[in-house]
Parts: sequence; C-alpha cells; structure tokens
Amino acid sequence: MMSTRALGLGPSLRKAAFSPKILRNSLVLRNAVQRRSIQTVKMPESKTMEILNRQRLRRPSSPHFTIYQPQLTWLGSIFNRVTGAALGVVLYGFSIGYLFAPESFSSAHVIETVAGLPDAIKYFGKFALALPATFHTFNGIRHLVWDTGKWLSLEGCYRSGYAVLAATGISTLALVFYY
Amino acid sequence: MQSLLSRAPRLAPRHLPARAFATTSARLQAEPKPVLMKEFKIYRWNPDEPEKKPTLQSYHIDLNQTGPMVLDALNKIKNEVDPTLTFRRSCREGICGSCAMNIDGQNTLACLCRIDRDANKDMKIYPLPHMYIVKDLVPDLTLFYKQYKSIKPYLQNDNPPEKGEYLQSPEDRKKLDGLYECILCACCSTSCPSYWWNQDEYLGPAALLHAYRWIADSRDSYAAERKEVLQNEMSLYRCHTIFNCARTCPKGLNPAAAIAQIKLQLATE
Repeated sequence: MMSTRALGLGPSLRKAAFSPKILRNSLVLRNAVQRRSIQTVKMPESKTMEILNRQRLRRPSSPHFTIYQPQLTWLGSIFNRVTGAALGVVLYGFSIGYLFAPESFSSAHVIETVAGLPDAIKYFGKFALALPATFHTFNGIRHLVWDTGKWLSLEGCYRSGYAVLAATGISTLALVFYY
Repeated sequence: MQSLLSRAPRLAPRHLPARAFATTSARLQAEPKPVLMKEFKIYRWNPDEPEKKPTLQSYHIDLNQTGPMVLDALNKIKNEVDPTLTFRRSCREGICGSCAMNIDGQNTLACLCRIDRDANKDMKIYPLPHMYIVKDLVPDLTLFYKQYKSIKPYLQNDNPPEKGEYLQSPEDRKKLDGLYECILCACCSTSCPSYWWNQDEYLGPAALLHAYRWIADSRDSYAAERKEVLQNEMSLYRCHTIFNCARTCPKGLNPAAAIAQIKLQLATE
C-alpha cells in the first residue's frame, strides 16, 4: 500500500477497481503491483548538492577524436593545421639559421649541398616540401572563398575539399618530377 | 484496496494484452522470422563505482525482434536484457533531441538512425564526444545550456508595435528557415574539434546558430549588441569552418554557414 502511494499510482489503481476494462490490462497491474518496490530517501538540498558535486569531480570525459568517424571535413582541417605549422617551422628555422650562419644557409651553398645528395633523397625532400605547400595554399584559397560567404553548403564543402585534394595531388607530382 | 492487490495476479489474463511491447510480441507473429543476431557495443560508466574505468559492454540482439532504429535496440536492451543501461530518450521521432549520441562514429539521434542490418558488423555506441559523463550514454549538458542562455535566445526590441503583433515580410521570415528548426540536441557542438579543445570559452555551433537566428530576425532590434558580444578571440572566432557540425546535424541544418554569415557581417560592417 505504501509503495503504491509513493509511486503516485493510488488514483489509477482506485480507478482500476471500478473499471473492468483497465483491470483486464495486465500491464498496468504487473508494473504497479508485482515489480516495483522503490524506496526513496528525503534529504536536504545541501546534502544532495554535496553528492552531486562529489560525482561531478569524478566524471570521465567521453572519447572524442579516437572514436569519431574519419571524415574529409575534420581530417582536412587537421592536415591544414599540421602543414601550416610544419611550413612555418621550416620558414622560421631557415631564416634563423641564415641569421646565425649566413654562409652555410646562403643560396649558393644550399644548391651545392642539395646537388650532391643521392636522387632518392632529392625526390623525397621535394615531395615532403611540395605536398604541404600545395595543400596549404589550395586549402587557404578555399578558406578565403568561404570567408566571402560562398561554397558554404555541405555539398560546397565536399566538392571544394575533393578539388583541393586533386589539385594538391597533381601539383605535387608536377613539382616533384618536372621541376 | 488491499483485497485488490491480493487478487491482482489471479485477475491478470494469461494471454498477452492487446497492446503489448512490439519487441516482445514474437509469439504473436504468424510465421517466426529467422534469428538475426547483431552485436551492440555500448559505452558504460557507473557513477556509483567511479574508480572503474569506462568500458564497452557487448549486447547481442535479434534484429528481427527489434524495431528499425537504434533507439528501438537500446529500449529492447533496457527492457529485456539490462535495465541498468542508462540513456536519455523521449519523443522517439527526432523532435526532442534527447537521444543524441555517437553511433558508429557519428553524432546523431538514436531515434532517427537506422540499424545497419549487416549482422557481421558490430555497432558501437558512445555518448556525445568530449563531454563529462553523468552515467553511461548521458552527458552533462549544463555548460551547453549555459552557452545557449548566454546568447539571449529571445526577441529583444525596445519599440514594440502599438497594436497587435510584430509583423514581418515573407522575405524576412524566409531568412529564419534553416535556423529556427534547431532542437538543441548538441550533436553539432560535440562533433566540433574546436569545441572539444575550447568549450570553456568557444560557444560552439549550436549556440552560434541561435545567435545568428536572432541577428537575422527582422523583428529583433539588438543585432548590433548581439554581434558586439561575439567580437572577441574566443566566442566566435574559434570556428575554423571545419563543417563537422553541418555534416552531423540530424535535422540537416548548417551551423557552419550561419557562423560564416556572422563573421562576414562582423567583417563588413
């Protein structure tokens, strides 16, 4: 009896007593009578806040990039960030190197050094420079177009994304093998 | 009352009631369907045992005794297999936004997401990414709602019309299409890498979509003030036009475009 009152089922059961139609519905009775025997404890708000805050401190953060589906959208964005940072490091590294040792970083000396390297390293070096440079450039153009308010549909995003990938591939191969 | 309770088991009919759970009505089917077991791997974490790390728990379910949507599978698990599994759900038709979760790597509403009937592939279900977890698939959305509140999501106008309601031309009303439909399920914000790293300061796609919804509204006269509060490094400009938000929105909206419009207005005024 107490448990039915606590669950707020008193009225429905009273109604059921006079209404054969509902009485026949075993679902109501099964839930109300046989299964539940919930007990609740009343406590002051300060106490409940204390419990909540203790829980909040120990909550885990749900997994993110490790479980998120690989998509052109965010992988392209990460690659843009990584290539930008890498190109920045190369540019600043070279400039600072030139500042401290102008002779070993002068154009003539660099050309001489690179000319003496084996072909495999030359091609790899060209690839490693051409790919980030071309991708970052083309994706930068894509971002500039977005900033003017164009290509902002999901379709526009994907079309321009694949276009950037294609342009990057073609121009990287051209730079590696023809220049 | 007491007598009713004691009589109850005898009164309950032997056969199933007219409206039983759809998922339990295998016996009512004319011809039993073949069994199609699929594995569901679901993220579990219990606040009563906080020292235990979150784990993926496996459940095997017969798809031919389950409804077509992921929410049907979750309900079946909760009803018939494991009542401790915890998730939010309400409308089961994509209008309340309660059952937002990460299903097979994409944020979406469980009630709008069909179960892939390929039984060889398991289905992984995680809570919304990079959120504090209350329990199992229930993330803490306190901050998300606070951010929504901070953009003042209501009409502000110091000169209300003398008589009747605010009027708006059909063209002006059209500007709100694709904005007002947002149900604040948090799928977009929690899919955004910028929001993952900076959610303490960056407002996130959902709140910014709503910010633009009020900036674009011809009846609102506080557009300048609304833009002013976004004019800083973090609130708006952490958006790097990644488009995860538009890609994942279960309602097909485009928060990235709305944010780009705010940026454009801020840059050109």
